[in-house]
Amino acid sequence: MSEVVKKFLYLNRKAPYGTIYAWESLEVVLIGAAFDQEVRLMFIDDGVYQLVKGQDTSEIGMKNFSPTYRTLGDYEVKRIYVDKDSLAVRGLTKEDLVEIPWEDWETEEEIENIVEVVDAARIAELMDESDVIFSF
Amino acid sequence: MSILHTVNKSPFERNSLESCLKFASQGAAVLMIEDGVYAAMTGTGVESQVKAALGRLSIYVLGPDLKARGISEDRLIEGIQVVDYAGFVDLAAQNDKVQAWL
Amino acid sequence: MPIEVDGKILETDEEGYLANINDWVPGVAEVMAKEDDLELTDEHWDIINFLREYYEEYQIAPAVRVLTKAVGKKLGKEKGNSKYLYGLFPYGPAKQACRYAGLPKPTGCV
Repeated sequence: MSEVVKKFLYLNRKAPYGTIYAWESLEVVLIGAAFDQEVRLMFIDDGVYQLVKGQDTSEIGMKNFSPTYRTLGDYEVKRIYVDKDSLAVRGLTKEDLVEIPWEDWETEEEIENIVEVVDAARIAELMDESDVIFSF
Repeated sequence: MSILHTVNKSPFERNSLESCLKFASQGAAVLMIEDGVYAAMTGTGVESQVKAALGRLSIYVLGPDLKARGISEDRLIEGIQVVDYAGFVDLAAQNDKVQAWL
Repeated sequence: MPIEVDGKILETDEEGYLANINDWVPGVAEVMAKEDDLELTDEHWDIINFLREYYEEYQIAPAVRVLTKAVGKKLGKEKGNSKYLYGLFPYGPAKQACRYAGLPKPTGCV
């Protein structure tokens, strides 16, 4: 384990299937989980569409990677932030989004759902306090 | 000369839909596909634009793209018609040409 | 190289993973294990079945440490460690067991 734990922020701004960004971001998060950093994901603008429940790509011939978000807790992702305004302008609420559990396997500490809807001021704060931001 | 307009970009990321609705003439057909289907939902920031256009345009949305994105049909703006791939082909055949708003 | 299972020829990629996950039948694991000179026991099958369930639910093959943790939770602490898993699958639990299970290579594996 590296001695200095950095705060990594993955900033997602694209809808899931129209471009490759969403899938690429998810892959980088899964690979990056091996580096023992503090990882946070943020979904703003069209990025909030990535977390919408009930996606079924069987008729468009693309891989449905939406179930994979539900395993992020197992990959040491502790917090997922979603912009409130981005949801509102898209006619979405928190109930439309997948729930992602997190559990510390040693202490058995559990968080039922690490998806948190936050306002713009909180997002700005989270960006400021991150050491590294990956943009997708 | 009738035109089928297709819009495949999210209305929150590009102005494709806005331009399409502005320039499509009375009676034209508009088909939302790919990320363009997000504009068909109720409760969004572009709902009023789409609703206003429904009076003079026929608006369609591609079902498989809705399904892929987790949008159920009961959340669509009233008056928008869902089509499948065969319906897409029919629309293209019924119109003289296709204008794609990329 | 394609492999022959139950009289059918199944495509694989250059590293021996099934090209199409839907081609999988238990015989795939048997054939692959035979090529590796490995005899599959119930313990092997517990892991293979676990991986298939994991993929079904999350649409990815888990990284080794996620697999280790998840196996520990599901099948008991004594099985949720790399010593146990490498004992069963000497080429690496994620790589070898995922291959037997018909899954793609785990994301992040080189």
